[in-house]
Amino acid sequence: MTRPNDLLLEMQKRMLRIRFFDERASKMVKRGEIPGTVHTSIGQEAQVVGACMALAEGDYMTGNHRSHGHPIGKGAALGPLMAELTGKATGVCGGKGGSMHLADFKVGSLGESGIVGSSIPIATGAALSSKVLGTGRVSLAFFGDGAANQGCLYEAMNLSSVWDLPIVFLCENNQYALSTPAHTVTAGVIAERAAGFAMPGVRVEDGQDVLKVHDAVKTAVDRARAGQGPSLVEVITYRFNEHSEGLKLGTDYRNPAEREAWMKRDPIKMFRAHLIDKGIADAVVLDALEAEVAAEVEAAYQFAEESDYPAASVAFKDLYTEPFGVTQ
Amino acid sequence: MTVMSYLGAIGAAQREAMEADPRVIIMGEDVEANVYGTMGGGKSRADKGDFLQMFGARRIRNTPISEEAMVGAAAGAAMTGLRPIVDLSYSSFLYMAMDQLVNQVAKNRYMFGGQASLPVVFRSAMFFGLNTGAHHSDRPYPMFMNVPGLKIMVPATPSDAKGLLRTAVDMDDPVLSFEACILWGLKEEVDEGEYRIPFGVARTHRHGNDVTIVGISTGVHAALQAAQKLEAEGISAEVIDPRTMVPLDSDAILNSVARTGRLVIVDPAHTTCGAAAEISAIVAEKAFDCLRGPIMRVTTPDTQIPFSPAIEKQLYPDAAKTIAAVKRTMEARTRAA
Repeated sequence: MTRPNDLLLEMQKRMLRIRFFDERASKMVKRGEIPGTVHTSIGQEAQVVGACMALAEGDYMTGNHRSHGHPIGKGAALGPLMAELTGKATGVCGGKGGSMHLADFKVGSLGESGIVGSSIPIATGAALSSKVLGTGRVSLAFFGDGAANQGCLYEAMNLSSVWDLPIVFLCENNQYALSTPAHTVTAGVIAERAAGFAMPGVRVEDGQDVLKVHDAVKTAVDRARAGQGPSLVEVITYRFNEHSEGLKLGTDYRNPAEREAWMKRDPIKMFRAHLIDKGIADAVVLDALEAEVAAEVEAAYQFAEESDYPAASVAFKDLYTEPFGVTQ
Repeated sequence: MTVMSYLGAIGAAQREAMEADPRVIIMGEDVEANVYGTMGGGKSRADKGDFLQMFGARRIRNTPISEEAMVGAAAGAAMTGLRPIVDLSYSSFLYMAMDQLVNQVAKNRYMFGGQASLPVVFRSAMFFGLNTGAHHSDRPYPMFMNVPGLKIMVPATPSDAKGLLRTAVDMDDPVLSFEACILWGLKEEVDEGEYRIPFGVARTHRHGNDVTIVGISTGVHAALQAAQKLEAEGISAEVIDPRTMVPLDSDAILNSVARTGRLVIVDPAHTTCGAAAEISAIVAEKAFDCLRGPIMRVTTPDTQIPFSPAIEKQLYPDAAKTIAAVKRTMEARTRAA
């Protein structure tokens, strides 16, 4: 697949946005600037961006608890996302969602989900509305290897297949459901489960390569948009940080040698080398891109810091379209 | 006006909504074949496949037996421009989709700061009283009253079923409709034209001065029969049907109790944490000084529903139990001034 240079640079930019945003969020958790915890996508940027950028602007997606990367990858503004993590009124959900429930409908992000697998049927419904209304939009459901063992995934895959819905089921297999190695709780190969639902299933073995992810997801998206129905794409990747920031487990459930090997396959460093190697951009341009993104994240942080907390009455808003009967 | 059954009125409301707005679709198990008779409209038992012929397979969609996917997909579709009606058949099947109903349908608008609207209706039938055994006889609306974000309708008559369901489809919030099977054949004169009954507005079926009887779903009919018998004994009962449990027209109940001083609630759900329990608490908190006798609940005891016809019916509220409850509160000694 040939891709214009500006698309390639945009991929690197969005990966950097996720990396710097999550690095800042991690620090903020440690300093107590973010209440609760966050789950970072550090290490998984290629998998997220490769998938998001295979979608068109008006396309839909849903996500999970590892949640910041998806809206960033889809093009959401960083300030309202950061303000949401700090519970501010200017947050993308007005401070009512928080880290695990980001949503930015402006970019087609229909919501992350704190319940593993739970947003998969929602993405399926977005694909249904696209089909019934004839809007041509494609829907993509992000879920992890843990969610691959939730029943709702298979209900959704079956329904999508019999209805020929324009949806991509995107399994972000980072190989661990919190501390549980995927292979100890998962029979067979996730991608091969697609065959049972009469849809294509592919596995991207190197999910650290943004172009390989982009290729596989683009094929699935094009197929969906052409009215040929759903696909399952499984991407093998690795999270560099702990399951959630601040979590300290007594046992080292990940083999240090394994972790070290994966840390060497940093998707951002790999893609930077690729861009230089292919003569698409030089170090000066790429350094400037990194500085630009660092400034964006700093501005998002400042925006969040300077924003006000929501008024107490906001806790009673948005439950229904017209508020009624809520005891304040 | 025309005579319609409860079931026919549900069908008529669905047909009206389907005709009025191309974004309305119906999905569920066996909806194409119109197995339950609500997919034809107007008639008590419509011709096979009426809606499928009228609106086509794009808008009338048979689903696999996959309640989680069905409910979640309807929610996702509602968030992106459709207005689905989901026919979940039996109310006990809602439990298969509990995560989607509680974690997605009820929370998405709130959690995402108002970005999402969920114009979706989940219809289900409560098959209690018909010897279908424990798995099909539930009356689960109080469970969902405990989930902020959902609206709940419990129609007791054909005309209420039609007007409330039409409102539900037009509304931008998720609605659960709990329909009582035992009322399916109930007939009355219904306006065949378009009309909408607002949510949160109770219907006073009968005015009275001595006691307020709040009836829910089939409890309305037990209350009306009881009121008629009580009249012969010189007791004047007011009968109120809240029609929607969320929002609940507590003002109508409180105003009535302020006049009568006595309250009996007839609720076919279980006793503990039921709709009657909630209404009792509201009245005890807000109208304590008006009460001249204890608030009485006529509910289904906290047991599961047995199959045998010999032992099922005794469990549900009926006119006799309602009369006994009214007499108990009437006989209670008036509180000293």
